[in-house]
Amino acid sequence: MTSLTPAQIRVIVATDCGSTTTKAILIQYLDGQYRQTHRGEAPTTVEEPVADVTVGVVNALTELGELAGRRLIDDAGQIIRPATADAGCDIYISTSSAGGGLQMMVCGVVREMTGASAKRAALGAGAIVMEVLAANDRRRPHEQIQRIRELRPDMILISGGTDGGNLNQVVQIAELVAPAKPQPRFGGGYKMPVIFAGNRDAAPLVQQVFDDSVDLAIVDNLRPVLERENLGPARDKIHDLFLDHVMAHAPGYDKLIAWTDAPIMPTPGAVGNILETIARRQKINVVGVDIGGATTDAFSVFDGKFNRTVSANLGMSYSISNVCAEATLPSILRWVHFDMNERALRNRVKNKMVRPTTIPQTEEALVFEQAVAREALRLAYVQHREFATALKGVQQQRSVGDAFRQTAGGQCLIDNMRLDLLVASGGVLSHAPRMQQTAAMLIDAFEPEGVTTLAKDSIFMMPHLGVLAEVHPQAALEVFEKDCLVYLGTCIAAKGRGKPGRECFQYAVHTETGTITGAISCGEMRVVPLLPDARARLDLHPARGFDLGAGPGKPLECEVRGGTVGLIFDGRGRPLELPADHAACQALTSRWVAALDLYGGRATAAPAAS
Amino acid sequence: MSQAYTPGLKVVARERLRRRRVLPLPGEVLVQAGQRVAARDVVAHSLMPGDVTPVNVANLLSIAPGEVPRAMLRHEGDRLTIGEPLARSQGLFGLFKTECPARIAGTIESISSVTGQIMVRGEPHRVLVDAYLAGEVVEVLPESGAVIEADATFVQGIFGIGGEAFGPVERACPDPAHDLTPALLTPAMRGAVVVGGARVTAEALAAAVRLGVAAIVTGGIDDQDLRDFLGYDLGVAVTGNEPVGLTLIITEGFGDIAMAERTYQLLAARAGAAAALNGATQIRAGVLRPEIVIPWPDMQAASAAPVAAGGVLRRGATVRIIRDPYFGVIGTVGRLPAEPQVLGSGSKARVLEVVASSGEVFIVPRANVELIES
Repeated sequence: MTSLTPAQIRVIVATDCGSTTTKAILIQYLDGQYRQTHRGEAPTTVEEPVADVTVGVVNALTELGELAGRRLIDDAGQIIRPATADAGCDIYISTSSAGGGLQMMVCGVVREMTGASAKRAALGAGAIVMEVLAANDRRRPHEQIQRIRELRPDMILISGGTDGGNLNQVVQIAELVAPAKPQPRFGGGYKMPVIFAGNRDAAPLVQQVFDDSVDLAIVDNLRPVLERENLGPARDKIHDLFLDHVMAHAPGYDKLIAWTDAPIMPTPGAVGNILETIARRQKINVVGVDIGGATTDAFSVFDGKFNRTVSANLGMSYSISNVCAEATLPSILRWVHFDMNERALRNRVKNKMVRPTTIPQTEEALVFEQAVAREALRLAYVQHREFATALKGVQQQRSVGDAFRQTAGGQCLIDNMRLDLLVASGGVLSHAPRMQQTAAMLIDAFEPEGVTTLAKDSIFMMPHLGVLAEVHPQAALEVFEKDCLVYLGTCIAAKGRGKPGRECFQYAVHTETGTITGAISCGEMRVVPLLPDARARLDLHPARGFDLGAGPGKPLECEVRGGTVGLIFDGRGRPLELPADHAACQALTSRWVAALDLYGGRATAAPAAS
Repeated sequence: MSQAYTPGLKVVARERLRRRRVLPLPGEVLVQAGQRVAARDVVAHSLMPGDVTPVNVANLLSIAPGEVPRAMLRHEGDRLTIGEPLARSQGLFGLFKTECPARIAGTIESISSVTGQIMVRGEPHRVLVDAYLAGEVVEVLPESGAVIEADATFVQGIFGIGGEAFGPVERACPDPAHDLTPALLTPAMRGAVVVGGARVTAEALAAAVRLGVAAIVTGGIDDQDLRDFLGYDLGVAVTGNEPVGLTLIITEGFGDIAMAERTYQLLAARAGAAAALNGATQIRAGVLRPEIVIPWPDMQAASAAPVAAGGVLRRGATVRIIRDPYFGVIGTVGRLPAEPQVLGSGSKARVLEVVASSGEVFIVPRANVELIES
């Protein structure tokens, strides 16, 4: 850990070790403020033959150093610290989701109650939940034990019972886990961490059930009474055990932990930190998404309530084949505006799966990958909406009536009409060659309603800033304001359905330079440029049956911000439906591609070869 | 020189290989250091605890959980046979006693007075670990297994299905660009490791299973054929336990793609030799690629293989392009421009030149090549 005071920290290096790529950024104190100046990246090296995450870190920092003209790695392969005029850095920090992130199994007595609370605690801590085991999950006990034996989670969270309540079934759950003798994912070098966060009266009995083959930790009940969740202690313990047990045994992480000047944070946890900060500071509702190689994380903050879900097998490289299997190829191809050979596509998908670090070289490959991304995001958001019915953190209130229908029947906290800001993150969104492409992927997948600001993480910096905020909040906020978010513009989309060609809504855009008016037809998309720093006042008049936020058919006045794309008027209606007929669908998507100028007017590009 | 690289797959004619063969839980090691072992020799064995079945005695006897320990006729550690009395209720004034017979055989592991259930563990399963690599035991891992060493031809594939398999190497395709079709498979290939060329067809896979072929190693496969063979669409590349009747290793990728000439020649040159291979693939953290190991009968004086330092893209290095539109092209690295360039997709990325044997030059993103290590 550094002994420097925040004021002495002038050069910061941060990495995010993703499952595919290790991303490094350089932050420097220039002209009285912190700015992100350079970035570098290299493939993550947790796999054989290297099997050492620090090799990828050194590679990424070497590239970062080459681009910045600042030597960051010495001849011994160590990070140069502290910074001098042209070498090294003052602090080095990192997040990580490599190795598939944190994988957990959770248990509860009732799947929809303590089981769901345990799942929320695990997700909030940044974990992937491999399995939810509950007394009422309809599997016979020996089947449940067999399932535990098959899994190799990083840790297990057991909940169940309210304080002073049922003991019997809580102990029964422990009695299922104990004889299964679950083995940790990274081998036999350490004991399986098991957290008990159930009925406090059951804790001594649970302790008796387990022998010393597991590392049992007991924390406060995450559901002390039926109406209240207390997820904080369980979540904190998950973080502690993740660092102490899991990461320390992943390839090369013992070295990486020693290198960093702050505890390594799971990538989703760091992204969540930053998004919560945005929502709190600006008093807005935010949805964020981070689409990675193996998983897609969705975050939402509605009325101050934070939720996170992780879709374990929806991703753009390791899991791309699974996206195609879940969404089906026809669903993906409805977003592609030209014909593609289905057999060749299937083989390409599999080739990407087995060689996950490759990038699209041709425009055809890019269009297809962005179509896959739309479906991955859409599926991830569906899962998020199904789950985001709960509260994060300690002492959150929930009515008894709600408690029995949390998962399926619980009221969804997500309301696309009240969504203020939609933030995109992750390679396929952040690295899209044209900003319009990012905006289009977001709109098609999330279907925002009414007036919604769209932004993207400029160079996938939110994880870095999330962990930096723990060490140097001032630097994190300054970089976030100036360099992190790139505003794409504002989407104005009407909720409702109408016949193609019929008027959907009228608009008037008032700016300092004048007023632009127009009307959007059903099925139409249109872009009105508005520069990133500009703001405009909108007068919106939806047709009967359409809602832009004030109610069906009611006019709306609002102020909006511009962006690199501008104002995107979307008359396609909500929910968005594409024609089932392939030719009609292709014709429609071609119109949208042209309206948003997604690919610069080219149908397909010639490959870059000499 | 660049530090950006993609680790490649090994294709080596002769290398000193080591394989750790360990039990999943402590057991007995059956070999000694210095001992020569064949691939199928068992080097260690153990007994894995049997399956656990909970029996809710309280429910079966209609008594309170707290009464269960007193009602038990058998105790923790006792062995049970099916049908023997397991527990008996006290009844009413000593009358109307209810008895609960054992419905499964095993050993009583625990009796809970909280839940009223007992845990019965079934008969243990015997777990065997064989040598896999025919060679010399160079280290015994007490209660765990052994390390075997041998000089071997070593080829890593890109993807596989099925677990460990053994058999003599038999060449089926006349050249690496030839598809592996049923016509090339013969009854004599029963139990063999069949070396194909380019794409293996669905019909050839079915024929190979019928003939009892142990494994197929070939350049490519069509995704549709794989799906038909497996019976489902593979979502993530985590394989190794597919009960499909043989082990399949793909050396190059999906689609119509010929096996790399060098790989084909190496395998063809070892025709008749006994091979061990494993189709298990895990493309996640701690990546596992499928492998073919063909031990040489002798060990040369060469020292153990150097630890892979991680490939670095240098001018002249042999690489394979691993993404369309030039997927499968093998060549050497030409120029490595430092500045990122705009691709056909519109993205900016650092690129390199790949000079094919024909002299044709391809400019591709550095992320889209892999080093061919040798």
